[in-house]
Parts: sequence; structure tokens; C-alpha cells
Amino acid sequence: MPDVNFIVDGKKLTAPAGTLLIDACKSAGIEIPAFCYYPGLSLQAACRMCVVRIEKAPKLGTACTTTVAEGMNVTTESPEIAQARKATLQLLLGNHPLDCPVCDAGGECELQDMTFKYGAADSFYAEPKNHREEQKWSPVVYFDRPRCILCYRCVRMCGEGMDIFALGVQNRGSSSIIAPNVAPSESPDHMAALDCEQCGMCIDACPVGALTSGTYRYKTRPWEMNHVATVCTHCGDGCKTTLGVRSVNEGSEIVRGDNRDKSGMNGDFLCNKGRYAFDFANNIERLSSPLVRQSDGKLKPVSWEEALTFAGKKLRELRDAKGANSIGVIGSNRTTNEESYLLQKFARTVIGTNNIDHHRTADFVTLATALQGTTTADGKPRFASQRCVEKSPAILLIGGDPTNEAPLTAWNIRTNVRLNKARLYVANHQDIKLKRQAKAFAPVAEFGYAAFIDSLASANDFSTAVKAEEKLVVVVGNELRGGELAKLIAALPHAKFALLADYANSRGASDMGVLPDVLPGYQSLKGSTLASEYGAAGQSQVADAPGLDLLGMFDAASAGHLSALYVVGSNPIKRFGIDASALKNTFVIVQDMFLTETAVLADVVFPAANLYEKAGSVTNSYGDLQLVAKAADKAGVRSDFELIVRLADKFGHDVKTLVPFGKGLRAAGMSGDMGQTRGAQSGEADRHSVWLTANNLEPKLSPFDPFAILDEIQRVVPGYDKLLRLQLLSGNDQHIAPAASGLVQIQTGRKDLVLPAADTLFTSGSLTRFSPMLQDVQRHQASEHTDHLASAD
Amino acid sequence: MSTIPNSIFTPATAARFDKLATIYPVKRSALVPMLLYAQDDLGYVSDAAISEIAKRLDLLELDVRNVLSYYSMLRTAPVGKYNVQVCTNISCMLRGGFELLDHCKKTLHIGHKETTADGMFSLEEVECIGACCWAPAVQVNYDFHEDLTPAKMDAVLADYREGRGKDVK
Amino acid sequence: MPTLVSHPDEVKVVSRRFGMGATDIDKYIELDGYKAVQKAIENGPEWIVNEMKASGLRGRGGAGFPTGMKWSFVPKVSEKPKYVLVNGDESEPGTCKDHVLFLHDPHSVIEGTMIAGLAIGSKVGFIYLRGEYRYLLKIVEKAVADAYAKGYLGKNIFGKEGVDFDIITQTGAGAYEVGEESALMESLEGKRGVPRIKPPFPAVVGLYGGPTVINNAETIANAPHILLMGGEAYAKLGSERNGGTRLFGISGHVERPGVYELPMGYSMRDAIYKVAGGIKDGKKLKAVVPGGSSCPVLKADEIDVGLDFDQMAKAGTMLGSGGIVVLDESVSIVEFALRTIRFYQHESCGWCIPCREGTDWIKKTLTRFHAGGGNKKDIDNIQYLAENMMGRTFCPLGDAAAMPTLGFVKKFRSEFEEYLEGKRVEHPLIQITPIGEPALAGAH
Repeated sequence: MPDVNFIVDGKKLTAPAGTLLIDACKSAGIEIPAFCYYPGLSLQAACRMCVVRIEKAPKLGTACTTTVAEGMNVTTESPEIAQARKATLQLLLGNHPLDCPVCDAGGECELQDMTFKYGAADSFYAEPKNHREEQKWSPVVYFDRPRCILCYRCVRMCGEGMDIFALGVQNRGSSSIIAPNVAPSESPDHMAALDCEQCGMCIDACPVGALTSGTYRYKTRPWEMNHVATVCTHCGDGCKTTLGVRSVNEGSEIVRGDNRDKSGMNGDFLCNKGRYAFDFANNIERLSSPLVRQSDGKLKPVSWEEALTFAGKKLRELRDAKGANSIGVIGSNRTTNEESYLLQKFARTVIGTNNIDHHRTADFVTLATALQGTTTADGKPRFASQRCVEKSPAILLIGGDPTNEAPLTAWNIRTNVRLNKARLYVANHQDIKLKRQAKAFAPVAEFGYAAFIDSLASANDFSTAVKAEEKLVVVVGNELRGGELAKLIAALPHAKFALLADYANSRGASDMGVLPDVLPGYQSLKGSTLASEYGAAGQSQVADAPGLDLLGMFDAASAGHLSALYVVGSNPIKRFGIDASALKNTFVIVQDMFLTETAVLADVVFPAANLYEKAGSVTNSYGDLQLVAKAADKAGVRSDFELIVRLADKFGHDVKTLVPFGKGLRAAGMSGDMGQTRGAQSGEADRHSVWLTANNLEPKLSPFDPFAILDEIQRVVPGYDKLLRLQLLSGNDQHIAPAASGLVQIQTGRKDLVLPAADTLFTSGSLTRFSPMLQDVQRHQASEHTDHLASAD
Repeated sequence: MSTIPNSIFTPATAARFDKLATIYPVKRSALVPMLLYAQDDLGYVSDAAISEIAKRLDLLELDVRNVLSYYSMLRTAPVGKYNVQVCTNISCMLRGGFELLDHCKKTLHIGHKETTADGMFSLEEVECIGACCWAPAVQVNYDFHEDLTPAKMDAVLADYREGRGKDVK
Repeated sequence: MPTLVSHPDEVKVVSRRFGMGATDIDKYIELDGYKAVQKAIENGPEWIVNEMKASGLRGRGGAGFPTGMKWSFVPKVSEKPKYVLVNGDESEPGTCKDHVLFLHDPHSVIEGTMIAGLAIGSKVGFIYLRGEYRYLLKIVEKAVADAYAKGYLGKNIFGKEGVDFDIITQTGAGAYEVGEESALMESLEGKRGVPRIKPPFPAVVGLYGGPTVINNAETIANAPHILLMGGEAYAKLGSERNGGTRLFGISGHVERPGVYELPMGYSMRDAIYKVAGGIKDGKKLKAVVPGGSSCPVLKADEIDVGLDFDQMAKAGTMLGSGGIVVLDESVSIVEFALRTIRFYQHESCGWCIPCREGTDWIKKTLTRFHAGGGNKKDIDNIQYLAENMMGRTFCPLGDAAAMPTLGFVKKFRSEFEEYLEGKRVEHPLIQITPIGEPALAGAH
């Protein structure tokens, strides 16, 4: 659209024709108040707060529905306009309970702000207010009707944004009410209820305290919390979340999750887990002391020093006696990149084995190797970012069910289709919900994805349409991996690709080389510079041959060949259905929050911090790198990073070779290039220190500082070498494409060890059972289920 | 035969619904008429009716409830066999609408939106029914009665009580 | 059955077949029925629109927009189908003219709908009646069926190859707001009767997103008469810029209430005193609500005004829907104002804040005032509320509630003040339950 010139409050402005006046003003720093207007949602013109004076118009006009036009002359603040807004506020406040002192929204309420601005504090009604009791619609959504100003943001957010349509408007006039989709007459307890995805987006959009969150309501005041922006731990989509934390006896606890920051790839969006499922951190079953198995067979709390000394020594003994390859290490897909990197480095250089793996939820190795060295038509890497899903003109979704498994991906697809008219192609063995947005749908037999890939070569309507797309992003569910995935990537040679994975850092675990057959960045075990650097740093040369994979380790244990197993943030016994007896002759060290099925078998258990209690970085399924900030704190737990370093110390390893910190790395006997040759500083930790000082941050020259390892990651991991520290620390996402050439070549017939987590909207692996909210929501959904996914108009 | 198996409506109404769903450019357009005819059939719009109509029109039940609750003639609870709707809006008010309403209350011993014990009559004060020039006017179900006086009203009620009243649907 | 009235001053155009059995299609044909539409088919859209423009016909629903011009706004070419929509959702208190039109001459509405369709290039018309008019729907349904049977509706109407027209009829289910054109479209699309954002206007984006002409039933019924007598002849029946005649429903305290067809510009005083027989029982006139309950009240000394859109506007009120409600000296304006706002409070769709909350607070305040609990400040508050609704709402319903309220409070302020001093008519007003509410629960 061509630009038009217009005047607002005497300022000459320019904006593309067709821009809404309210948006054009906002871009120019002129804020026009509104309750019902919400960017990206349909227009309502209902609240009448955005009224402005447009020259030559007979009446005040609504800025939210007026598009800018050449020569338009607009006044946004005048006594007349202020009076109109004040009168509207007076009308709203007439029935409003004014229970601001206890209202959750108090202090962050748009009605309060507007009243403060326009001074509608005087009241001249003698009649009683219309009072209604609050309603519990679900464990996470409560409705206080008297506070509702009927802006319909919630209704639109649920319908247009979430494609659920669980909220409606009922009755009319002053009796109008927001109603949920389970009518009282159809609910087991005869109370209105919500059968939905329980995402809480309605609460987030609510400008007042009419919709409140079951986990937060009446808990605290907004100004009593610290707000920490970090990344959600649950699925692999990488949503930013702002955690509200407050001090408690045992440290600081998370009381609220939301996305007030709105700066992340998720924009407005958070799902149920992202918004509410932080409560596992406060679970009373949380471990807060190290445990060591006693001669009576029982786990007993002991001091950190005792537990670490015992574990380190025992591990050393076993390594020395039975050999490095008798020890296995299992990593996590919820720990940070720094921790994952450190853990594999620990395995490879401290213990000296390639026996390292993690619970893989997608085949990133095949993705990286199949895409390496190839580009899109315009010469760009073919790794798709989450942002591509939000912006690309065409998306092909093969397999997977993002609505349940990767809710942000689903949100971005829907938003892109709705606002940008993106073309969505879906190939799936089920009628997934996103089919509603699809331009074309190709039904696939349940295990028939190979046949589907073959069908792309033939000229059917679906494949012709897909192949005609010039800027295609292909999002692949976990049904496809290995040779099939490689074949798919070859079949669509110019498309960008992304794999859907589970948990916050599955991709990071792969990228960081928590795998038995590749080094960080999918580099070869044999001959790569990293391999030789590790050789120098470790006790001996890193073995050329791949180590045991996760299942291989348990096979070895069953056969009596695994002397020790070190498990960090993982519960393989449960997830892989492994018989507990497999580990009866293995010395087991577990780091976890809870006494999981795996931890209960351990000889030493270290209580670990979770992702909300530490700093570092994570990489989502798409390869978008983001900063994790420490929000909460729990007395008695340690970060996995610290535990790995301290275990290495007790193992008798020189930790300076594991974590470059402090000065004098050369003096400590390092022979590898730790970055010194590239700068004036003597080591990466020092460079980091200089950077921190220059940015007014406190230098942390500590062996537990994850940023020292981030330096090393940046130096040695392909793709991550491009990361911009300022971007990361600013809380911005940046896309990592590990597409350096010379990555390991995957042998055909490589074992498929991907085990999809099969998490739904209301499960998150082992954390599920420790989250009372998820338990409540599951019970609620079981009892209130209606046919809400029936086709919507 | 209805296209919906086990329709809760009479065969005639079910057949009418089958047709209604096809005559509009968009199926959903049939919603308001369907709700009215469902109410004529059942006396009110029941949960089962909502469910069946939603199914017939590919709507969510919530959509149906949102619409249903908007219109003042639609109800979700049964009323008497004859719903006596007395207009008290301005033209009727000027010519005795309120007196007529009071009279009905006294005669039927019920108040606004109440039903007689025998289920014969319900009483409702309504807004303008479009009979202003023949005020005061009353609608019994869909039938208009105009130029009423308390005495004429008694006769009207007696007709219905004794089965002589017409009942257009 | 509504009584048919008649008076020598009437000029019968749209009512000329009333009482002549024209619901019967053959009788209608005998009385020149379905001639105009055939003439329209022969002469084509441009001719129709020109005749309509020449007739000076202005919308009979209340807004008074020139009909010919409205038809000419519809784009000639449209990707989406075009529609004709007849607004028979007559709900403005004091208005019952379309009631008699549907009752006595349904075919004229059908014929008018067809003419509008021919004018804009539409093949489908909808006739939407208010829900209370079920018995009239049956009359219209029969008329439509008879027209189909004669081949006047359906494919190749009147045997003309390629000329198709269908009519779909239905009623609403009780909602004044649906009388607003875009709310009616929502209702017809099976939704809540909440108006749409304008622009776009219906002529461009209307029913099902297609260009749509929506006219009041009386407006549409005038079309066949205009085409038969010629636009200019029709225009001459009325006053300047107000062509033709109009159905006026005179109700309230008059000797002969009823629906009369009078030329535009006819004197209001004569309409009340001559045509309707004067004030009932020889009482004195107090006030007139001139065009349905939303029009500002006229005092007894303000009725020397011609009944057309422009003269009424000049008199500070509106011609509105043609429903003239006459109040004699016995009427308490406080009570009348309360009954009026109660209606608008009940009928507000609730979409926008000023209307939803404004009607509610005026009603609450007036209810207390009327019950004897008022004070002087209430009168100012009512005026303040109404003034702050005017021009600020999403659709005209807010104005429709504010305008009469302002009229009552401003023109009869002394009566409100006297009411406080005990000069009152004791009439407890019964509360109509708000939609969807089982009566107000406890308050705090």
C-alpha cells in the first residue's frame, strides 16, 4: 500500500494506506487508549475508549476502526475526548466492584490506569451494583463477572487465536456475560466450566481482573514479585516466559508464569504448561539433600562433601579398575547447553569414554547431516527457525500434532494462516486439529510416511502444490527419522526444514554432542580438531569408535559389563521401560529433582536445580538459541553444572581443563587452543570477564560460571560460532544452523534410538506427576469433556 | 426420514429442519428459525434440542447457546400451555396495559414469568409487540388479541381454558 | 384482527388494496398486481433506479435515506452474490404499520423485493419479519408459495429466460436491535443480533459478504406503485424532497387510533385532531412522541409541523418510523420516560459500553426516582448520562435511548422537579426481567 500523509495532534505523520489509525499513532508514539482493541484480533469498536476527533466527521470516531487517509487531521486528546472517555469509565465503574485492593490485576489493570488518567473517580449512582459470585471454570481459569468490562478480548483470543471457541457472549444488554462452553446444565457439578486447552490466553488478554489464574489468584501483589524473563522447560518450542518470583523461607519461589514481556518468538502466546506448570518446583517431594545408599540398602541424607567425595572416588576407582568404557553417562534434554556440553566433555575427557547419550526425541543427527552444505534457492541455510513458521508464505506439516505436542508451533501456524494468509499443507495419519487451517490435506497411513514421501515424486494435486511453493518451510513430526527423513529432505531440495522435538533442550543436547557417535556440532569422533583438543585435555586420546548408546548401556549393565552409570536429569528406567534389575551390579549416580524410578535405584543421588533455577542457554527444536535466566532458588539443591564440576574435582581431575576459569590456563598445563591466540587475553574466562566488566556486569571468575563454557561452545561448535553474545544476553533468540561442512556422515543402518515423549498439552514427562496443576487439569478435562473440537464456524 | 438419526423432534419438525438446513446460502442461517420451531415443538429449547441443532448446523453447542440467549422470545425452561404476553410499552401503557397486566395477575394468581399450578397459563410482561394502534394488546403464544379490557381479557382466557382458543404455530 | 380505519384525507397508494382480499394472488393480480415487476423486467435496472430516484421515496423504516440512491450504490459487478433484504422487523414502540401491510397486501412486498432484485442484479431476496409476527409470516409464506406456483418466482420468472428470483422468508425471535440493518444481517446469518462495524456498508459488503440492498417493508412495497404511476407522479404526492405518501400509525390517547396513509408533509395537528379524531374523551393534549419511542417528544404547542423528514428535523425531532404516540394531560412524564428507557435498557444488545451501561443506569436511576426515592441531582445525572451516550455508541440504539430521555428531562424538567415534591402518580412499574437473568441477585 502506498504511504499517506496525515496529521495527528499537530504532528505530520506518514503510514501505509489502510493502516488503522490506532496502530499508526502507536508507531508514532501517540498512545490511544482502548479496551477492546487487541493487535491481531478482529475489530470490535465496542469499548468506545479510542474515540478521537477526525476533522469534518460529525461525531467522534473510533481510532481502532478508522484507517488513515491522505490529509486526515486527527485530534486524540482534547477536553471533549477526555470527557467522552471519562463518561465511559464512569459507566464501567458504576457496576465495577472496585475491589482493587484484593484484585489480582490491581497494579497492572488497564481499567485502573485509564481511571487514573481520566479521573473518573467520582461516583453518582445510588443503586446497588450487580453482584455475581465468582465462578471456577477450570483449575486454572476463574471468572469474576462483576469485574468484567465486556471487551471480548478473551472470546476472540480463544476463538481466533487458539481456534478453540470455548468462550462466548450470552444474554444481552446489561445482562451480557462471557460464558464458557460447558453449560451448568451439562456439567457434573452444575457449574459452568471450560473444556478447552487450558492455555490461559483468555486471562492474559483480559485487561482487568475478570479472568484470573487458579494458580496465582490472591497469592501476592504484582509489585511484590521479581519478574524474570527466561525460557519454558516443557516442550521444544522455546517460548519465552516471565516468571514472577517472591522470597520464601527456602529461597524464592515461582508464583506466576506469563508472557508479559511478549518479546519472544511466542509473542502473545503461552500454553497451559508454560503458564502454569512451574509448580513441580515447589513440590514437597522435592529432594533437598544428597542421598547415599548405606550398607543396609537404604538411601540416607548426607552432607554434600560426603556425597561428592564418595561418588567421585568410587567413579575413579571403577574407571581405573574396569576401564573408562565400563562407565556410561546419560544426559538430559532439559539441562542447558552449557551443562550438556560440559557433561559430554566430562564423559569424554574426565572419564574418557564415548558412552554418552540422552533420551532422543527427534533425529537431529540426520537433519544436520542431510542439510549440511545445501541451501535454499536464494542461498540461505535450510534450517528453519520458529520465526519461519510465523512468517513463511507456505508451510508443509508432515506428521506430528503441534496443537498437543508443540503448541507454539501450532499458534504460529494458525496466526500465519489467519493474518498473512499463509498456505498450510498437512500430511498426517490422523485428523489433527491443524487440518482446519490446511489448504490441502494428504491422508497418510499410520506407518505410511515412506509411501507419502514417494508420492511427492509423482504428480498429484498435493505434491504439485507443495513443490510449486518457492519459500516452503517443512515441519516434520517424530514419525520421520533416519533414512526416511533424509529421503524427504532430498525430495524437497529447496525447502527449509525443522523437526518437532520434546522438552526445552532436546536440540541442544544433540547439538552439544550428548551422543555416543558424534562430538559437539555433529563433528566426527575421528580426526576432527575437537577430537584432538579433547585428547589433549583428557586423560587419553578420545576413542575413535562410537560409545554405547542409551539402550546399549543398559544391555551392558544387564550383562554385568557396566561398572558405573552417571545419570543427569533423566529417568530412563521409566521412559524406556527398563527392568530395575539391570542396574543391580552397577554403581549409579543420579542428579534429579525427585526420587524418580531411576533415582531410587541409585547409590548416590544429588538434588538438582531445574531450568528455572539456573542460568545458561537452551536451543529449541528449531535451533533457536535463547538465554535462560535464574528465576527461583531452592535451598539444598545445586545446578547440574556445579555438580558436574565438583564431581570431576572429586574424581581427581584438574577442573581447569574441564571449565576454563580464572587466569593462567596455560600454566595449568593446557596445550590446546583455548582462544588465547585470538585475543590479548590469556583465556576465555578472562575474555568473558573483560566483556562482563565492559557491560557493567559482575565478573564471575568461578568454575561454576556457565558462560565460560558458552565461550568454548562458541569456539568449537559449528553454528554456535556465529552467536552474538549481546543478542543472547538481551534475551533475543538467534537461529543456529549447524551446517558447517565436514560433519559426521551417518551410516545407513544406524540404530534408530528416537523415543518420542508423546507428551500432550497436559503432560511433561516425569514432571507431570509432580505438578499438582497438571494433575488437576487432567482430572478436570476428564470430567468436563464436551465435543468441543467439533468443527467450528 | 430425518437426516439425523433418533431426532428428538416430531417427524414433521425434523423434516422441516432437514429442509431449513438446505435453503440458505449458509447453513447457519437456519439457526434462529430452528430454535423457534424447536421451542414450538417442545415448549422450550432443551439441552437435547441445543445439541441436535448444533449437530444439524455443524455448530458448537456454545454457538447455539450464545445465539439462543440473545433473543427474548426463546426460553430454556418450560412455560404453561398458553403463554400470556401482556404488552405494557408506551402505546399499550397509555391505554391500560398495566391495568390489564394487573388484572391477569389477579385472575391467574401468578406473577411475571410464572406459570399456573395446572400448567395452563404462564404470564409475561413484554415489550412492544407491534399492535400499538389496537392497544392494549396481548399475545397468547403467537395469537394477537387487541383492544382489550379486563372483561375482554377474561373472555380470552376462558376461551383458551376451554380449548376454544386458536393456537397458530 | 387489527381494525382497519380510513379517513377522507388519506391518499392511498401502498394501502390501496387493504381490506380488498389482496392476500389472494388472483385478487392481487386483478388489482394491477405483478404488472410493475414485468414492466421492470422489460425496462431494465437503469430505468428502475431512475424511477425510484425520481419518486423521492425515502426509507420508511425511520432513517429516511433516499431509496433510489441506496439502490444505485450497489456495485454492478460483484464476485459474491447480491441480495435484497426486506426489513420487516418492525419493533419501534408505537409502530405497527408493516403489521397491516403484511396482513393485507403481502404480494406488494414480494413484488417490491423482486423489483429491487432486478434493479441491483440480485437473484435472491429475504423477507425477515419480527418473531412476534408469526401469523403474518404464514400469510407471507402462502403468498410466496402462490407466486412460485404461478411461475412469478423461481427460474425464468414470467417465462423470461434467464430471469430468476427466489424469496426466503423467516422471522426473528424477539430483539429490537435486529431492526438495525447490519444486526438484521447477523441475525439472518444465525448469529446474535449485534450490529456490524461500518464501513463497509451493506451496499458493498452485506449479507454473506455480498452487496445487499436492505429496505423497510413499506419502502419496498412502494416500489411497484412507483413503477406503475411513474416516479414523478409519486413524488408529487408528497412534499419537497419527501416524495409520496406514508403509513402513519396513530396510537395512544386519540379517539380513532389506527394506521393511516397520509401524504408526506401532512400537518401533524390535522393528523391527530382530524384524522385520528382528536384527543380521547375530550381531554387536553400534553405531548406527542412523533415517530416511534426514540424520537424526542413534542409539547402540545409544538405540533404545528409537517410530517416529513426535513420539517420534523427542523422541529428538533424526527419523523422516525411514523408511529405517532399521543399523550393526554393525565400522563406522568416521569412514568412515561421510565417506561421508555426500560424498553431501551431491555433491548440494548450490550455490545458497547455507553449504551449497555448508560441505558441501565438511566433506568435504575429513574426507577428509584419514580418510586419516590429521587432527588434533584438525579435529574442532572439522567441528563448527564443521556448527553454522554449521544453520538458515542456503536449503533443508533444509544441515541434512540438518549434522545427521548433528553427530550423528557429538558422539556418537562419542571414536572420532574414537581414529582420530587410529591405531585406524583402512584403507579408501581413492574420490572421486565432482563434477558437471560433470573432476576437480580443480592447486591453489595
